[in-house]
Amino acid sequence: MKVKLRNPDRVVEVSGPRNVSTLLRELQIVPEAVLVIRDATLLTRDESLNEDDFIEVRPVLSGGSR
Amino acid sequence: MKCKVCREHAVVDIRRHNAAFCRTHFLDHLSNQVAKTIKEFEMFSPDDRLLIAVSGGKDSLALWDILLDLGYDTTGFYLDLGIGGYSTRSKTASIAYAESRGAKLIVRSLTEEHGYTVPELSKLTGRVPCSGCGLNKRYEFNRAALEEGFGVLVTGHNLDDEVATLFGNVLHWNVDMLGRQSPVLDERLLAHGGEQRTVMVKKVKPLVKIAERETAAYALLKGIDYVVEECPMVEGNTQHKYKEAVTLLEESSPGTKSQMYFGFLKKAAPRFAEPGDSAELAACMSCGSVTIAVETGDPLCSFCRTKNLALKRKEQGIVAPAPRRKKRR
Repeated sequence: MKVKLRNPDRVVEVSGPRNVSTLLRELQIVPEAVLVIRDATLLTRDESLNEDDFIEVRPVLSGGSR
Repeated sequence: MKCKVCREHAVVDIRRHNAAFCRTHFLDHLSNQVAKTIKEFEMFSPDDRLLIAVSGGKDSLALWDILLDLGYDTTGFYLDLGIGGYSTRSKTASIAYAESRGAKLIVRSLTEEHGYTVPELSKLTGRVPCSGCGLNKRYEFNRAALEEGFGVLVTGHNLDDEVATLFGNVLHWNVDMLGRQSPVLDERLLAHGGEQRTVMVKKVKPLVKIAERETAAYALLKGIDYVVEECPMVEGNTQHKYKEAVTLLEESSPGTKSQMYFGFLKKAAPRFAEPGDSAELAACMSCGSVTIAVETGDPLCSFCRTKNLALKRKEQGIVAPAPRRKKRR
């Protein structure tokens, strides 16, 4: 599957089916810090992913001034 | 996962509530949480005219969306900070959202109002960009609310923002800041010509019970086209590091952020609050804004001091040494 990552924007290839939790663990991403998106909707941690999916992992923590 | 309410397929899980929701019930949940927060902290009523600071990001646009749906009288305020393409895209997103809802939006720019951008301000004064940016945003939000006759200024600060600030204030034992950290900052008055006049409007943060991940989920599920990219000036920002640290704790122990912040408000904040500190406030000699002139002996507020320094150096062509900070890894 193709996985879009942000900051900077890039796409990585991950092979083989797995669920959202496993994918994030492999990519060393903290689940609480991101949304996982497929076809403009959100996926929970237990959701299964398929070989031909295009997934976006979108960070949600913003920094900056108060 | 199944929705806690209807048992249909869930799209968002909120581990600190041990719950998951379908789209419909997640949007309801967030709206209800905001409505409860407004009531619990007596933030405002349907009769108040609200000015909401919008950045084009997920938090402020999600909050504006919720307040509009709840029927509040809101006007947006966008401040163009002059941060290249990032500011252009943020302004476009803010204007597009306002138009999509038929909502009023006031747009001002730092360059037009004061003669510099945030990157220029940092180069001229040597201040870390986020510091100068925060100072100018706080000043301009308050000024706009006063000039345009709004009684309440609403900001999109969320649970993660508040916890990160609290974390930093505790790490450095900023007791003055701990005494002022609250979801509601009441308006401040100063005597002027025998009358009391408002120098700082009431400020409220209706998203303090909502995590940043939830505002992002709300914006995505509502189809709000917010600016996803990070501000290019944020690299090395301390607030961001604190958020990452606390989010690691939240991941291993859901509810940590909420316990830390609301535990602080209930058990510790009153111990840091100093009653009667407004006695030391005075009006800035230049702009009339509030300053602690009596204590510092300086007749200017921190905004005017910084602005004067920046414009003086700009005129003389002087650039300050770059602020020192570590690279973000």
